[in-house]
Amino acid sequence: MSPALPEGDAAPDDGSLPASALEGADGRAFAVYLHVPFCTVRCGYCDFNTYTATELGGGASQHAYADTALAEIALAAGLVPPRPVQTVFVGGGTPTVLSVPDLSRMLGGVRDAWGFADDVEVTTEANPDSVTPESLTALADAGFTRVSFGMQSAVPHVLATLDRTHDPRRIPDVVRWARDAGLAVSLDLIYGTPGESLDDWRTSVEAALATGVDHVSAYALVVEAGTRMAVQVRRGELELPDGDDQAAKYELADDLFEAAGLSWYEVSNWARTPADACRHNLSYWRGDDWWGIGPGAHSHVGGVRWWNVKHPRAYADRLDRGLSPAAGRETVTGDDALLERLMLGVRLVGGLPLDVLPQDARSSVAGLVADGLVDGTEAVRGRRIVLTRRGRLLADAVVRTLAG
Amino acid sequence: MSPIPSAAASSRIHPAATAPELLRNFCIIAHIDHGKSTLADRMLQLTGVVDSRAMRAQYLDRMDIERERGITIKSQAVRMPWGVDDKAFALNMIDTPGHVDFTYEVSRSLAACEGAVLLVDAAQGIEAQTLANLYLALENDLTIIPVLNKIDLPAAQPEKYAEELAKLIGGEPEDCLRVSGKTGAGVTELLDRIVELVPPPTGDATAPARAMIFDSVYDTYRGVVTYVRVIDGNLNPREKIVMMSTRATHELLEIGVISPEPVPTKGLGVGEVGYLITGVKDVRQSKVGDTVTNASKPAAAALGGYSDPKPMVFSGLYPIDGTDYPILRDALDKLKLNDAALNYEPETSVALGFGFRVGFLGLLHLEIVRERLEREFDLDLISTAPNVVYEVTLEDKSVVVVTNPSEFPAGKIGDVNEPMVKATILSPSEFIGAIMELCQTKRGELQGMDYLSEERVELRYVLPMAEIVFDFFDQLKSKTRGYASLDYERIGDQVADLVKVDILLQGETVDAFSAIVHKDKAYAYGVMMTAKLKDLIPRQQFEVPIQAAIGARIIARETIRAIRKDVLAKCYGGDITRKRKLLEKQKEGKKRMKTIGRVDVPQEAFIAALSSEPAGSAGGKDAKKK
Repeated sequence: MSPALPEGDAAPDDGSLPASALEGADGRAFAVYLHVPFCTVRCGYCDFNTYTATELGGGASQHAYADTALAEIALAAGLVPPRPVQTVFVGGGTPTVLSVPDLSRMLGGVRDAWGFADDVEVTTEANPDSVTPESLTALADAGFTRVSFGMQSAVPHVLATLDRTHDPRRIPDVVRWARDAGLAVSLDLIYGTPGESLDDWRTSVEAALATGVDHVSAYALVVEAGTRMAVQVRRGELELPDGDDQAAKYELADDLFEAAGLSWYEVSNWARTPADACRHNLSYWRGDDWWGIGPGAHSHVGGVRWWNVKHPRAYADRLDRGLSPAAGRETVTGDDALLERLMLGVRLVGGLPLDVLPQDARSSVAGLVADGLVDGTEAVRGRRIVLTRRGRLLADAVVRTLAG
Repeated sequence: MSPIPSAAASSRIHPAATAPELLRNFCIIAHIDHGKSTLADRMLQLTGVVDSRAMRAQYLDRMDIERERGITIKSQAVRMPWGVDDKAFALNMIDTPGHVDFTYEVSRSLAACEGAVLLVDAAQGIEAQTLANLYLALENDLTIIPVLNKIDLPAAQPEKYAEELAKLIGGEPEDCLRVSGKTGAGVTELLDRIVELVPPPTGDATAPARAMIFDSVYDTYRGVVTYVRVIDGNLNPREKIVMMSTRATHELLEIGVISPEPVPTKGLGVGEVGYLITGVKDVRQSKVGDTVTNASKPAAAALGGYSDPKPMVFSGLYPIDGTDYPILRDALDKLKLNDAALNYEPETSVALGFGFRVGFLGLLHLEIVRERLEREFDLDLISTAPNVVYEVTLEDKSVVVVTNPSEFPAGKIGDVNEPMVKATILSPSEFIGAIMELCQTKRGELQGMDYLSEERVELRYVLPMAEIVFDFFDQLKSKTRGYASLDYERIGDQVADLVKVDILLQGETVDAFSAIVHKDKAYAYGVMMTAKLKDLIPRQQFEVPIQAAIGARIIARETIRAIRKDVLAKCYGGDITRKRKLLEKQKEGKKRMKTIGRVDVPQEAFIAALSSEPAGSAGGKDAKKK
């Protein structure tokens, strides 16, 4: 079960945005997220909005999905001013359960609606066992520039706990095939899986680095309520990941990535050069505009955030009737806007300018420097809030302190 | 004739017009659960005072708490007619509180009687508190009627306990009546025996009025209802009366007897028991033990035995929600109207905010007051560990009275006096070893030991009261599988080697955890409290030392390691709204915490640390997730 949608205001049936959201839109970067809510297997830890074929009834089948998504793209095209799309990210679910022609058609829809920037970044997530040299070449031909593989771990027992079905020995091959196809490659890793030792984790990080990739994301496992894994933890079958253990693993990974020439640019992301960073990912943290296409997808345009109905059937149904699939929305202003700015911006290597903070909140920075969470030199010379490594691990605490 | 007197016979026992020789004033001394209220119910039925239809279980226990706990807090007096050999008598049954905390009230109730029914559960035998009240009754020269109750129970051993009672009070085992409050068996015989054995009151009917107050209850509609026993003279409606301790004059708005509801009468004559209503609103204006006399013809001297109730145990009471402070203040003001022993002062705690330091007669009194505050006023309260009153003599010979451990004087001090109690423990003899060991660790000194029977023993100890007010009774119960019973009374002060142990969080004293303990136990307290807090306080962004100290000397230390991870790895599908709302919620949670120095401590941690539960699964410390 995916997380409940946030509570917010009602969204209008025609999907139109308030004038405040559109003001100055021409000058802001624009990104598009395409959600593919299908998987062949539902992993025990996963709480994303995704469905295996058997979970879905008529009306929302996989083969009809591209057309439904295209309907939302067409609706969106009329609601935000035309401007070239900087990045597209196809996520899921497992996007590669859709055929390349379907993915290609969806991408084409985005291009037709707004046009692509010259250096557009187009990423798709993929499972290592759902690609072939041929399919990767076809993706590149369809306009994809980047692929992010859900490697998660190189250790069989860890993959088994995560319900991942791929053979870890396949990773070097899929990375090579993708590169041969001309795609930039990223590997996703998960740390803190129940039963994973520090050595297991070292093995996974080293295996990822051995492929020579230029980008890695490493995420701490969070056992979400409502997942099968949460039930296993409650029954005592699995032990909840420990925060200290995850911190130790984060620090180990950071050391190994740095040693291999990859630097952090966001709390959970490392890249060889700034050009290797995932620009789509950055657009979230920078507060750019983006439109999320698909059931349960979130969007943000000029301080208005909204989210679509969750179930693919409800989603398809609304679009069939010519209605916006938005389920609710909120306009973020005042203290909320500041809190968002802090919690998003502080995660980036560039940090936040000190003057984002109201005058009376700036004194709290001294304490954070004293506790070793905020870089003192950057604060004094650069007048910026940049997290130390310990600060990255306590970023939420830093934000609560800054927000008072 | 029927034991319920005829109309003709009854005419001789009208209130205010009953010859003393037709009066019998008695009480029932019994342990909790030994069936006093049930027996009283049967008496009410048999004497026709309450008919079967109106009967409800434990008729005389008014408050919910009393009924639920099966104990009587406030005594009452019921007048019941009873005929023996064509002669009508008026029986006044004075219900006494059964608990050690209310010893003074018990003593005043006993002073209103000439006889006492000693009621003992035929399956359990006599308990320490009953024994204590029996001693009080004998000191008041009351005639004792031994009765074994619950003879209908399969586990009853009347022969065995009759023997025990006979040994205690003298007489023969067969003098001991056997009744069942539940079935009514033997109750008629008991009423007859009360008439036969309890002496009628004596007093000077022509002397100026002197009536002793043995209870005083606040009623929302009537104001204070005062229960009195007339010793000399008589009291009449509409006359002015004087409370002899305060010299305050009141007009008698109503005078009457309880039967079992209040019935106004033409007055109360010598030896009679009844109630007065004067319109006062606070039980402090009508104090238990005081003497009531007539304003126009006042008595020269008050009756003896009056004393002000003295709080023996103190505890800080704080509302969990700080905005409830005014409600707590009003609630205490209201309870005070009905509880002359309750006293309190506002106090402020760094850890707990605004509250009151409240004095109680004992632990049960504390529990009852707390429960009433929570139940009747819908308050959530936190109470600090109960403590006794210390007298500290400073080097300059001045004396400081300490009712709050955090106010224990710092620096050089002379003597510290602590209150002592004489404790009586009754227990099956197999537990003697365990009890002695417990009393040893509580700094007790054995005064003597007697076998009540082959299997039951009475141990007498002198103990510091401070050792009793914490968890002594719980430990005694658990070491004797619930069989031992305890009674204690205050017997003055004693100099002791006491120190104040402070608990420091990152160098800051947390006032709510300061404790005055014996020097030999300071280390154990420090280790226990620091360990408990280590488990209860969530990890912070920095390392937090928790120390226990005597003055400047650190005696125990624990460290809460800095938290290492508090960050979400990613936002699900760009769901920034959810993450922001989570942060907002965490921020709100932080605001509800108390900050000691820089350390954020959730209120629950204080509550858990102050409860007597052992340290354990605090949980949730690392539970900051998406």
